[in-house]
Amino acid sequence: MSVLTITDIRIMDPASGRDEIGNIVIENGLIVALGDTPVRGQVMDGHRLTCAPGLIDARVKAGEPGQENLETLASASRAALAGGVTQIVVQPQTVPIIDDLSLVDFIMRKGDALPIDVHVAGALTKGLDGKTMTEIGLMSDAGAVLFASGPEPIEDAQIMRRLMAYSATFNALISNSPVTPALSRGTCAHESDVSARLGLPSAPAISERIMAERDMALAELTGGRLLLDLISSAETVESVRRAKLRDIDVSASVSINHLALNELDIGDYRTFAKLDPPLREERDRQALLRGVEDGTIDIIVSDHDPQSAGRKRLPYAEAANGAVGLELMLPVGLKLAADDEIDLMAYLRAVTVAPADLLGLKGGRLSVGAPADLVIFSETEPWVLDSEQLLSRSKNTPFDDRRMTGRVRHTIKDGRIVYSAR
Amino acid sequence: MTPFEGYEFTKRHCLDISDFHRADIENLLALGAHYSDVDVQKHGPRDVLAGKTLINLFFENSTRTEKSFELAGRRLGADVISMQIANSSVKKGETLLDTAATLNAMNPDLLVVRHGSSGAPSLLAQKVSCSVINAGDGMHAHPTQALLDALTLRQAFDGDFSGIRIAICGDVLHSRVARSNVQLLNMLGAEVRLVGPPTLIPTDADQWGVEVFHDMRAGLAGCDAIMMLRLQLERMSGSFVPSRREYFHYYGLDREKLSYAKVGAVVLHPGPMNRGVEISSSIADDPDISLITQQVAAGVAMRMAVLHALAEGIR
Repeated sequence: MSVLTITDIRIMDPASGRDEIGNIVIENGLIVALGDTPVRGQVMDGHRLTCAPGLIDARVKAGEPGQENLETLASASRAALAGGVTQIVVQPQTVPIIDDLSLVDFIMRKGDALPIDVHVAGALTKGLDGKTMTEIGLMSDAGAVLFASGPEPIEDAQIMRRLMAYSATFNALISNSPVTPALSRGTCAHESDVSARLGLPSAPAISERIMAERDMALAELTGGRLLLDLISSAETVESVRRAKLRDIDVSASVSINHLALNELDIGDYRTFAKLDPPLREERDRQALLRGVEDGTIDIIVSDHDPQSAGRKRLPYAEAANGAVGLELMLPVGLKLAADDEIDLMAYLRAVTVAPADLLGLKGGRLSVGAPADLVIFSETEPWVLDSEQLLSRSKNTPFDDRRMTGRVRHTIKDGRIVYSAR
Repeated sequence: MTPFEGYEFTKRHCLDISDFHRADIENLLALGAHYSDVDVQKHGPRDVLAGKTLINLFFENSTRTEKSFELAGRRLGADVISMQIANSSVKKGETLLDTAATLNAMNPDLLVVRHGSSGAPSLLAQKVSCSVINAGDGMHAHPTQALLDALTLRQAFDGDFSGIRIAICGDVLHSRVARSNVQLLNMLGAEVRLVGPPTLIPTDADQWGVEVFHDMRAGLAGCDAIMMLRLQLERMSGSFVPSRREYFHYYGLDREKLSYAKVGAVVLHPGPMNRGVEISSSIADDPDISLITQQVAAGVAMRMAVLHALAEGIR
């Protein structure tokens, strides 16, 4: 059997806190030795490079089934590997919506043929109608790792209460968008002096906090496991911090976009920076970064959302939300770390072991006996992003032409080198 | 016969299990056992309620409970009338208390009431001068059902079921049967468990002196008896439970789940059953396991006992 040793590399494993230069020996798809260990078999020189567990992206829209023109599971997996991502969780808002046992099974079978691990987030309600409970138990047993509200929140508190109470039986994790529809409906921007000057319909940041507080109160009542899906404001970070002090089983995610960008990136109506939730103020971005560092925010996701240029090149209010991110979640994180905006280990925790633990997945750690899913990157390599070079079938990114620091060199899945930079 | 040797039954109404103390219950069950003999039931003296009037007042549709009371009343010699509420003045806007005053003017001796609102029978009891028997009110109580279930269990367990472990499974939240059974079984010394999804178990039900399980297999472990509850179809289309399919998978009683209970465990159901939703037909129809038919038979006997006892109180 093939043996591979990566030599002289900085090993960063957030699960154990290990951060040292050493060797990694891989045999039969598993990590068999780590650190100060003799070289065996084939050698890969890791000098001046860094190795971390393969990333887990817990929020990916793949377009399949139904919107294969935007992205297929196969094209998403190529993009993922180019970004050091070895496991993805696909969202239910496909055509049809993943709200049934057989559709969960369909996605999982598709995923089995791909070089990455594909996990399924089932729809929390039938057709994402926000009202009718799906077969959470049966889908859970079939392998769904998460149940998501989709782009719209569960508006009715009684329905959310029952969803949380019911899912608690199966220890299922459910995610809701923290948005208060009455405050946010019909808006496309964060309420601030910037959006006011641009004349964009806007929603206040407390729209997010109000719904987050409601859902955390329901989590406390029902004992359900809640994931606040994509928080984006300083106020919500503070609410989650306080809830965690009271031992409520709540977790929160943030998109890489909201850690790197703020409302000024909308600039002159740049629709490629139009996101849901909207980009907010610099103080919000700073609060999100601190939230990741102190563990208030559990996971960072790419919020990969492929859109066609046609749906983006529209007047701002009419343009589609979303950005692709599978290939950029790690490079953007490395850039933030290089600029001293975030601690690299804290960033890595939020994209490896934290999502693995939250979703009950294998992987996400570098340890003897663990699957050899890992990413090798340079922390310092400068480059300029050209969106046309992205492997994703859609190219909508707000980071086009950005100067980056740090780049993926190799991605290894189950011991096989499945991606190498040109 | 005199039903209670050396004991005076003084209760005027039968509204809730908690109206009775243990001696009342024991005597009621003993009288129920007496009337369980078909010979006594059908050919016994018909003078117990001779000259008495029983009015069945059902604001909710019912077949078995209403007919069971009607039969019980007739077999004891009472004049029985059943009010057809669908065609009555209630539809014309009469309030419950107006109806009570009207009925009271007819001088009934026993009023059997079923109503969709919890507490309606006790409101009636304050306003009429006869005995009121609660035949089910909202999500509150159904004392005669609990008594007939206890009578059925006594017969199945040779007269004494203190210490048996019994699981009440399904839609406890909306069930008056479950509430009355929890009270009565606890009083009689059984170990009671509630099994169901969290959406169908009342908040803080663990403070009722029962153990709550959301995993049916764990809940049935070591049980001597299993009481299945009816789940209304409209509650399993996504509001409380996702689907029939999922409900039966996790909470429907089939042979596989039954195997977690004690060997020889018996199964009860207050009826009407949803076959394939909360209980599989193979269990419901298995005479070695199912006590469902015995429950119906015990229903008439137990209601005769209740009517008889209250008539003693009237005297």
